[in-house]
Amino acid sequence: MTIASAMHASGLTPAQLEMLAKTIPDPAPDLSWAGWILGLPAIAAVLCLLLGFLRIRNKLPAIVTIVALGGAFVTTLLLYQSYEGPVTIHLFEWIRLSWGTGPGQSLIADIGLHVDGLTLFWMLFVTGLGTLIAIFASEYMESDVGGDYARFFGAVSIFLLAMGCLVMGSNLFLLYLGWEGVGVASYLLIGYYYGKPTAVAAAKKAFIMNRVGDLGLLIGIYLTWRTFGALDYATIFETMKDGQYVLDSGAMLIPFFLMLGAFGKSAQIPLFTWLPDAMEGPTPVSALIHAATMVTAGVYLIARCYPLFFLHPDALNTVAWIGGTTAFVAATIGMLQYDMKRVFAYSTVSQLGFMFLGLGVGTTYGAAYHVFTHAFFKALLFLASGAVMHGFAGQLDIRKISGIRHIPGFKVIAWTMLVGCLCLAAVPFSSGFFSKDEILLVALTDHEYGVPFLGWLGLFTAALTAYYTFRVWFRVCAGPVAYVPGDDDHGHDHAHADDDGHGGLASASHGAVDPQPTAHAGHFHPHPPRLAINGVLLILALGAILAALPSYLKAADGSTWVSSMIADSSAVNGVPSIPAAVGHATGQATGQAAAHHELLGMDAHTALLLISFAIAIVGIGSSAYFHLLNRKAADVLKQRLLASPLTSWLPKALENKWYVDELYDGIFRYPVRGLAWLLARVDALVLDGGIVNGVARMPIAMGRLFQPLYNGLLQGYAVTMAGGLGLILAWIVWVWMKRGGA
Amino acid sequence: MTSAGVHQLFVNIATVGGPSTWIAPPDPKTLAITLLVSVLLFAIGLVGFLTRRNMIMMFLCTELMLQAAALAFVGFGRMHMDVSGQVFVIFILTVAAAEAALALGLVVLLYRKRETLSSEAWSELREDVK
Repeated sequence: MTIASAMHASGLTPAQLEMLAKTIPDPAPDLSWAGWILGLPAIAAVLCLLLGFLRIRNKLPAIVTIVALGGAFVTTLLLYQSYEGPVTIHLFEWIRLSWGTGPGQSLIADIGLHVDGLTLFWMLFVTGLGTLIAIFASEYMESDVGGDYARFFGAVSIFLLAMGCLVMGSNLFLLYLGWEGVGVASYLLIGYYYGKPTAVAAAKKAFIMNRVGDLGLLIGIYLTWRTFGALDYATIFETMKDGQYVLDSGAMLIPFFLMLGAFGKSAQIPLFTWLPDAMEGPTPVSALIHAATMVTAGVYLIARCYPLFFLHPDALNTVAWIGGTTAFVAATIGMLQYDMKRVFAYSTVSQLGFMFLGLGVGTTYGAAYHVFTHAFFKALLFLASGAVMHGFAGQLDIRKISGIRHIPGFKVIAWTMLVGCLCLAAVPFSSGFFSKDEILLVALTDHEYGVPFLGWLGLFTAALTAYYTFRVWFRVCAGPVAYVPGDDDHGHDHAHADDDGHGGLASASHGAVDPQPTAHAGHFHPHPPRLAINGVLLILALGAILAALPSYLKAADGSTWVSSMIADSSAVNGVPSIPAAVGHATGQATGQAAAHHELLGMDAHTALLLISFAIAIVGIGSSAYFHLLNRKAADVLKQRLLASPLTSWLPKALENKWYVDELYDGIFRYPVRGLAWLLARVDALVLDGGIVNGVARMPIAMGRLFQPLYNGLLQGYAVTMAGGLGLILAWIVWVWMKRGGA
Repeated sequence: MTSAGVHQLFVNIATVGGPSTWIAPPDPKTLAITLLVSVLLFAIGLVGFLTRRNMIMMFLCTELMLQAAALAFVGFGRMHMDVSGQVFVIFILTVAAAEAALALGLVVLLYRKRETLSSEAWSELREDVK
C-alpha cells in the first residue's frame, strides 16, 4: 500500500508501478504464508472429491475438512498475531492486460491478499465458525457416510475457499471470483438432496436470484474500474483520496450497482425470497452459508467499498431504507411460520436488514459488530434446530414438538438454544443487544445520516423478533413433553442402528421399511445428539455470550476491539473527499460521536437500554402467554382475526409471506414461461416443422411420384428407357423440323 | 486433317501396290443402306429384349443392339472417310467381350439361386411404396 501510494503520487501507470515495486525492497515482513488460509480449503476440496471417487466408507472426508479448516483458522490467528497494519500480500500474477500507457488503459488483477482489520475480523469468524460447523456436520451427516458424505464436505471446502477469496482478495476481481464461488457452493449445498424436487427448486431459485444481484455487482465493478482505472482496493481508495477521478453519471451509479449485488447475496428486498427456501439444504449448510458467513458477504462488500458509497448522496440512504424495511417485513413473516428453520431463516433476513440499516446510517462499526454477534447466535440457533431435527427424524414443525428440555439427552440443545434466543431477541446485556443497539442508536440520534423513523421501526421490529424467537423456544423446548416424529425424508437415522441403544426401534420408525407404519409413534425414540453436536453447541453458546465482551471491555475513549479492528480499513477511513463523512465515520468508530446524543430527553444509551428492556419484556411476555402458558389463546386469537373481514387479511398475508413469491411469479415467472411456451411452439411449427422437415419432405414427395416406375420387371425398366429415348429423339426431330429441316 | 486429306490417305494406302479401282468414293446411298441394316438390327434387339423373359435371350438381344450401334459407326466412318469409326468398333467389341463374360457369369449365378432363367423370378428386388 505504501508503494502504491508513492506510485500514485508520482502519477505513474500501474505497469511502471509494478516495475518499481520490484526494485524497491518491501520493508514489511513476508506474509505470503497467509495464502494457506485459501490453500488449505482448496486442498481439502480436492481430497474430498478424490475420496468421493474412491468411495471411501468412513468419516475421512470430514476429518480432512475439519483439519484443513482448523488449519485455516489457526493460520488466520497467526496472521492476526503478526498483523501490524494494512498490507497487500502479492501472491502471483493473474490478469495483466494493457493497451496503452495512459490511465484507464490497463486491466490488472493479481492473486493477492488485502489484509487489514476488516479482513482479519471477517476471516476470524468465517474460518472459526466454519471449523465448528464442519465438526457438527461430521456427526449430523453420518447417515450419508459412504454415499454423499465426501460430496458434502467437498462442497463445504469449496465454499470456505470461495469465501476466503471473497474476503481476502486484494482486488474486486478476486472478490467477484469468490462471490460467484460461494454462489456455486451454495447451489451445490442447497441442492444436496437432489432427489427432492423442492430442494432442486430451492437451489435453482437461490442461484437465479443471486444472478440478478451478481449482474449488478459486475456492472458496479466495471464502472469502478472505468472511474478509477484500477481494480485493487489500495489504488482505488488512494485515487479516491487524491480526488483524481471524474465524478460523471457512471461513477455516481457505482454504489447503486454494488448495493444491488449486496442485496442479492444478503437476501434483502427485493431479492430476499431465496433465503428461506434455501433451508431445503442440510442444517449445517443453513448455519454455515445462510446464517453465519455467506449472507454477510453483502455487508462485507459495502463495508469494504464504503468510500464508494459516498459517490452519490442518496446511496447510503437507500441502503438504510432497504435494510430497515427488510428487517421489518421479514420479522412480520417470521411471526407466523411453523417451520423452525424457516423462522430462523426469516430472522436472518431480518437481522441482515439491521446490518444494512447500520451501514446506511453510517455506523460500519455497528454493522460489523452485529455481523459478528449474529454469526455466533444464529449459527447456534440453526445448529440447535438441526440437532432437534436430527433427534426427531426430520421434524421441524413447532406445533408437533414440545418440551424437549425434559427429555433426557436434549437438555444441552434446549439450554444452548435459550442462549441463542436471548441474543437474537436482543435482551439487554446479551451480545445481540449491544450490536443491535449500536445500530439503532445511530439511526435514531445521528444528525447527518440517521433516519429516526427507521430507528423506531427497528425498535418495533426488535419487539417482533423477541416474540417470534421465543415462540419457537416456548413451543419446542418448554411446555409438556409431546412429539410427533418427522417422516425422516433426509434419511438421518439410517446409520444410527449400530451406535445407540435402541437401534432396532429407531430403524423401525422408518416409514419406508416399517411393516406397520401405524405403529410409528409408539416405537419412536428420540435420538439424542452425541459429543460432536453437543460440544459444538456449547462452544457456540459460549461464543454467543462472549461476543458481548468487546462492549463490556470498552476503552475509556469508547473504542472497542471491534471498532479498533475495522478502524484502519476502508470501512471507516478513506473518504476524505467528503469531510463530513470522515469525521462522522471515524467518530463512530471510536464511539465519540454517539456519546453526546440525546434521546427522549435523557442520555441516548440509557434511553435505549430502558426501551430494550421494555420491548424484551413485552415480546417475550406475550410469547410466553400465547405459546407456553395458554397455547389455546394463540389459536383463538388467530380465529378471531380470521373471523373479522377487517383483519382477516393480516394472518393470511403473514402466513403466505406477503405473497411476494406469488408476485414474482406473476411478474417474472409466468410471463417468461409463456414466452418460452410461445417460442417452443414457433420452434416446433415454423423452424422444425416448416423449414427443416419441409425441405426433407420434398425428396420424399418426388420419390412417391416416380416410385410406380420401379415395378421390379426388367422389361418395364427397358420400356421406360426406350420411351425416354424415343421422347428425346422426337424432340430432336421436332426441333430439326422447326428449323426448316435438312 | 480434312476429309479430302483423309480420302487421299485411303487412296494412297489402297494403291500401294499400284493403281486400283475397288475403293468407291463416299456415297449417301451406301450410308443409307448401312444405317437401315443398323436400325433393323437395333429394332430386332429392342423388341427381343422387351418380349423375352429368358435372361440369356435378353442378353443376346442387348448384344444385337450393341452391334447395331457398331455398324452405324462403320457406316458413318465410311461416309466421312474417317478411320475413327472403325477404331470405335474395335473398342465396342472389346467391351462387349468383357461384358459378355460378366453378364453370363451373373446369369449363371442367378440361375443357381432360383433354378430358372426367367427375369420375373427377380421382380421382388423392386422397392415398394412405404
